[in-house]
Amino acid sequence: MKPVSSSEIQAKCYHCGETCEQESLVFDDRRFCCQGCKLVYEVLSQNDLCEYYQMESTPGKSQKANSSFKNRFDYLDDSEVIQKLLDFKDEKESHITFYIPLIHCASCIWLLENLFQINKSIFGSRVDFVKKKVQIKFSHEQISLKEVVTLLSTLGYEPKINLSDLDHKTKNSIDRKTLTKLGVAGFCFGNMMLFSLPEYFSEARLLGEDFKRLFDYLNVVLSLPIVFYSASDYYLSAWNAIRQRKINMDVPIVLGIIAFFLYSLWEIFAQGNAGYMDSLGGLLFFLLLGKIYQQKTFATLEFDRDYKSYFPIAVTRLVQNREEVIPLFKLQVGDVVLVRDEELIPADSLLLSNHANIDYSFVTGEEVPVPKCKGEWIYAGGRQKGDSVLLTIQKSPSQSYLTDLWNNESFEKSSTRLLEPLANRISGVFTWSVLTIAVVAFVFWFGKDLSIAVKAFTTVLIVACPCALSMSTPFTLGNTLRIFGKSKFYLKNAAVVERLALLDTLVFDKTGTLTDPANASIEYFGEPLSSETQSILKAMVARSTHPLSNRINLFLTKADPTSLANVQEIKGSGILADYKNQEFRLGSQRFAGGLDHPIGKEGNHVYLSVEGVNLGYFHIQSGLREGAVKVVNDLIPDYELHVLSGDHAHERESLIQRLSSRLNFNFEQSPKDKLNYLKALNKQEKNTLMVGDGLNDAGALQESQVGIAITDRVSHFSPASDAILDAASFDKIPSFLSFAKQSRSIIKASFGLSFLYNIVGISLAVQGLLSPVLCAILMPLSSISVVVFTTLATNYMGIRKGLIHLNKP
Amino acid sequence: MEVIFILIAVSLILAVSFLFLFFRAMKDGQFDDDYTPSVRILFENQPKKSKKDQPKKTKSYE
Repeated sequence: MKPVSSSEIQAKCYHCGETCEQESLVFDDRRFCCQGCKLVYEVLSQNDLCEYYQMESTPGKSQKANSSFKNRFDYLDDSEVIQKLLDFKDEKESHITFYIPLIHCASCIWLLENLFQINKSIFGSRVDFVKKKVQIKFSHEQISLKEVVTLLSTLGYEPKINLSDLDHKTKNSIDRKTLTKLGVAGFCFGNMMLFSLPEYFSEARLLGEDFKRLFDYLNVVLSLPIVFYSASDYYLSAWNAIRQRKINMDVPIVLGIIAFFLYSLWEIFAQGNAGYMDSLGGLLFFLLLGKIYQQKTFATLEFDRDYKSYFPIAVTRLVQNREEVIPLFKLQVGDVVLVRDEELIPADSLLLSNHANIDYSFVTGEEVPVPKCKGEWIYAGGRQKGDSVLLTIQKSPSQSYLTDLWNNESFEKSSTRLLEPLANRISGVFTWSVLTIAVVAFVFWFGKDLSIAVKAFTTVLIVACPCALSMSTPFTLGNTLRIFGKSKFYLKNAAVVERLALLDTLVFDKTGTLTDPANASIEYFGEPLSSETQSILKAMVARSTHPLSNRINLFLTKADPTSLANVQEIKGSGILADYKNQEFRLGSQRFAGGLDHPIGKEGNHVYLSVEGVNLGYFHIQSGLREGAVKVVNDLIPDYELHVLSGDHAHERESLIQRLSSRLNFNFEQSPKDKLNYLKALNKQEKNTLMVGDGLNDAGALQESQVGIAITDRVSHFSPASDAILDAASFDKIPSFLSFAKQSRSIIKASFGLSFLYNIVGISLAVQGLLSPVLCAILMPLSSISVVVFTTLATNYMGIRKGLIHLNKP
Repeated sequence: MEVIFILIAVSLILAVSFLFLFFRAMKDGQFDDDYTPSVRILFENQPKKSKKDQPKKTKSYE
């Protein structure tokens, strides 16, 4: 390691890289910004794990903000909780997987995989960097789960344990199954091609007759795993469709597989010919390949999160003035709970303390905390900012105002209300016409030659097997998914693309979706601010992390902050500062003692007073998101637009002025109203898109054909939805929608292409001219050309829409 | 030409053993995470001599 120059040591914390303010925190000649960082270093140096600091410089995370009340992990002693969290347990060891959002660099991986060097009771650990997960194996006789979590959190890697972790997790076994099937199909297909090679050159008579027989029989043996194992999903899906009296894409595929297999068996055993087993192998290999390509998932994102993955797993309950930490599911109506700074309100409850400051940003998208007074009703999902408060629980967590949404029937996802994919609708027509052609060919040849009649009938089924047809959808959609992903628009699965293409009605949430808190408009009313006062204010707000402080900070761009000796932030109230023996207060009306603000002016007010004398107030109103006007104007010609808002209607005029009068505005919408609004639109046979950001939109997101959750930090919490959109790409919504439409046209075009192949193939088949060689050439050729066509076409469209950037480094 | 029978048998056995290896790798979770191993391989894996080992050193010195 290079010696660090003294100036650098002075400036930066050795652990996290933040500027050190205190002089005293020195250990081993290294400086630290806070006790927490120093503690982590001490633990690591005692265990000789300082290599952690050599892989990346300042790999740690500042420990300043760490909430550290001692008993917060007490719920991990509850045997019921332990049992639900563990992956595996036997007499000697336990395995558990934690989600640790902090994992961000090679040092993190290294340290977490060397936990066994710190505590010998930990056998080993393994990090999955992309999913930010670590699996730890430990001896539960020597170390408890609580101690493991405490160890992780002393190192700065506190795992995030949510309520949904208690419900049993589904492992990625589905993925593995498809991969195994593909492996089997690939193995059989490759070997069959090898054994069929002599047949392709059958004119040349390379080998004797007995070799040929052997190869044919080997092909039959190799086809068995393909037909009976690799293809099993297709039988199941086709059977389910037929039982519902429908025909989906898998029905003609299964028809083709059966025809291929039976006809080839008959050819090989009764006729002594080669059959088409190799083509059958190729068909399934390519089909499964397409399936896997389509299954592109974004490992770090979760689309099915409900309130459970957001709520804490445990709460602090007060029983006879004694604190105890209990799992959330044991919480009962009437319990008194203690909620600390930055903790979530677990259920609808009444406030017992005098004041609380609740941040509902997860619920409504509005990040400015709302002050509450004693006796007021507080809804679940808010986050307390400031001192600890006491609450009495009025409803169980799952029955609260907000979480009650999840008990609505819309959450029992009924697939019937969703649009059917294009391929499924075409396959009905396709299957019937192929069957008709096959029967006509059979009848035509029946009078002349029975064997040709049978051959014509089966080969029509074989060659018409919609390989190319069924390849076009997965590859087009799979590629569209990837292109969207590059523009930070993440879809849950490929089927969403097709639904995006058919939308006609778009519904936007207002707060946090159309408006952006960061884009606020600020006005100052009161006595004019001198440049000196502005400098003082700037210095005050620069110390605070409150969202309103940040906005005032941006408002005072021109001022230079003066240096203030004594600045104090009182959470939930405001900022207090001393300047030339004068007391400056900036904050709420209660704190700074302001006049009543003009009624009708909605928004947030921040009051300023000096020595108890009120000077004026800032009026802060959240502005429209950047690009919102353009997005709305681009979409108006093609779509019906609606805006839903939980706020009062006073903003209607200004919104109409700023956006457009052709929007349907609806105000004072509760979460349930939003859901019902979407339901009503669906009843009118409209194809709806809902764009929302908070938990209060969760019902509407679920009810719509496509629900898009918009978020500033993608891996952060977002309500369950079909797609997650990074807020930075909000202005690209019109491009996304039109690109989805084009993807659909590309699918249609490639259907045309594969029909062309089918016509050629069928016209040969009805004449009884199809040979194994022709089949072996036609089948892969059609599939590959369709794949190439769809990939090139989607990429070309992506470039034209500006969704793919060619010159990106 | 009869040697071809043996060759076929050998080639099939080889192919089946590759398939088997593929299954085993799948079961071990080799395809679940395709990023972390690329970082892990760069770690030094000999445990560094800790302070506790140092007295041992002096012992051998004697």
